[in-house]
Amino acid sequence: MTARSRPPRAGGRTSRLPDRVFRSGSGLFGASVVVILVVLGVQLAVNGDQALSTFGTGFLTGSTWDPVAGIYGALPYIVGTIAAALIAVTLAAPIGILTAIFLAELAPRRLALPLTFAVELLAAIPSVVYGLWGVFVLGPVLHSTVEAWIVDTLGWIPLFAGPTFGIGLFAAGIILAIMILPTIVSISRDVISAVPDSHREAMLALGATRWETVSRAVLPVARSGIAGAVILGLGRALGETMAVTMVIGNGEHIPTSIFSTAQTIASKIATTFNEAQVGLQTSALIALGLVLLVITLTLNVVARFLVWRAAGVSGGGRT
Amino acid sequence: MTILPSRTKALALAATLLLTACGGGGASTTPTVAPGPTSVASTGPTTPVPPSGNVTLTGAGATFPALLYQVWIEKFATAYSNVQIDYQAIGSGGGIKAITQQTVDFGASDAAMKDSEIAALPAGTKILHVPTALGAVVVTYNVKGADGAALDGLQLDGDNIANIFLGHIKTWNDPAIAANNADIAAKLPATPILVVHRSDGSGTTNAFTTYLDTISTEWHASVGAGKEVKWPVGNGAPGNDGVSAGVKQTDGAVGYVELEYASISGLKSAKVKNAAGKFVAGSVDGVTAAADAIVDKFPADFRQAPIINGAGDTTYPIAAYTYILAYVDQTDATKGQTLVAFLYWALTDGQAEEKAIGYAPLPAAIQAKALAELHQFTTGGTPIWPG
Repeated sequence: MTARSRPPRAGGRTSRLPDRVFRSGSGLFGASVVVILVVLGVQLAVNGDQALSTFGTGFLTGSTWDPVAGIYGALPYIVGTIAAALIAVTLAAPIGILTAIFLAELAPRRLALPLTFAVELLAAIPSVVYGLWGVFVLGPVLHSTVEAWIVDTLGWIPLFAGPTFGIGLFAAGIILAIMILPTIVSISRDVISAVPDSHREAMLALGATRWETVSRAVLPVARSGIAGAVILGLGRALGETMAVTMVIGNGEHIPTSIFSTAQTIASKIATTFNEAQVGLQTSALIALGLVLLVITLTLNVVARFLVWRAAGVSGGGRT
Repeated sequence: MTILPSRTKALALAATLLLTACGGGGASTTPTVAPGPTSVASTGPTTPVPPSGNVTLTGAGATFPALLYQVWIEKFATAYSNVQIDYQAIGSGGGIKAITQQTVDFGASDAAMKDSEIAALPAGTKILHVPTALGAVVVTYNVKGADGAALDGLQLDGDNIANIFLGHIKTWNDPAIAANNADIAAKLPATPILVVHRSDGSGTTNAFTTYLDTISTEWHASVGAGKEVKWPVGNGAPGNDGVSAGVKQTDGAVGYVELEYASISGLKSAKVKNAAGKFVAGSVDGVTAAADAIVDKFPADFRQAPIINGAGDTTYPIAAYTYILAYVDQTDATKGQTLVAFLYWALTDGQAEEKAIGYAPLPAAIQAKALAELHQFTTGGTPIWPG
């Protein structure tokens, strides 16, 4: 990201009023984004402080969430959030990256355009629709087909053990995978397209096949950008609320199998905040929000860094 | 102490209560205590009516009575076209928060406010609980019987319900369940029991866990009662709809929902053993019977806990009042007058609407108490509806 040089100020000539207004105005709005983020973080910390100071690190490591007894431990939700997001990324990353390669390198133009459009359309479907589809279509189908088959063949591994309900971590992971696919595909495709043609031409001139060109010349250059795309997808999966709430089964325990019901941080907040008692319970939910913010913020910073590095290596345009 | 506003209203009220079948007023043939025409008594207090200008009231809270309030608001607006009332069903806890922060004109809650919640109100204010209706919590189930047909006519006593939700009873053919169901014992399958509970905080959960807390010492010691508890077993689902859907989709599932949702979703619900030892299906009449049985013990501040195991043969054992919450002193005189008029209408004409849409009307004694309570509302220290 090269800093753009300021417009030169000729000696003696002061910048004109519209310039000054424009610069300070846009600077103000630019700063407001940062201010909003900081205020958000501070507010969460202040309002969540009661829970954080009551339980200390026990808030992160405790596995009991009991409003009657006033004990709040976030571990089941942290594990649920990360597990659902990981399942989603495990499924979506290979599909997304291969789709991106196809769209950027292989597909004829008249096929690439509608396909790109279709993938991006996936991002426009409201998450509640995904949730409904998950509950009424995907869940029952999974329950009788995929889940039954996996439990029969791999059930001896605790991670794949039953019982299955149709809804649960696995269903949530699949829904999330579909939801983060557009993010992974479109960013990966942009990163791959940003690889200069000279790389491809050099490989092809040496007599390399399409596969060799893509795997040896294009992907190594685009690698960290694609990693960034996957991490951005992971970030979205971590924070998704509505669809997950509807299909994850809202189990209040640390999941032991990918078919367990579980609860994510976002869905825990969404389902219980309205009825939470003022005081410790509300504070604990806000602290949960802070935990989620820290997790997603960290991931996004890492992703930005990777995407930026990829763009830098390729010498392409700014991202 | 109860002072009814006018003879007309009093008679219409009596007629409504005695003949819940129709909402007709026709009270002219009823013997009157004192002679006189059916006009407003010149000296007595009048029926509260809203002011003539345009008024908008906003309310928010419990989801359970939302349907009832919607019907009331429509009918009230037909009578007084200048009044507009908006009710947002955001949940009981949300209603309490909204009225505490004074962002609405009235709140609504399925559970009476706790002492800690009342302490959180703005300094110098006092809130009134106006009971509007009663609801019941029923235990719904979806079990394919051993003969292949859907199991019907299940009966459960308190111990069995507690042990199912504690996870001690794991299959439907458990001897303890069979002991409650001599008639259908042979049909009880070996299907594992799947408990479905609410994942969100809820007044329904509060009533149901209060029941479990009352009947089971183990539940009392290990779980307790509240809008959200740490469930020993089972899957969570958001809302009455979510629990209904969860039960419907799994063979062997059992859950708990508000009475009206059980009939909407078409799920079967168990007959529950009441204090008199009878198995009673959840019904509007069973709920009113439960409320009737404890009328004498009704607290002066109207904050009645869920009614668990009330006396009487026909009493359904898990019932609870739902309330409208409003500040005693209404800062806006116009709104205050409108609110009192609406509540008066809800407690009189409105009660007749309840049964048809699945709500239990207030027992007569509580209705009278609630009407008397309306006299307490003031604006700037002056009573809105002097009694």
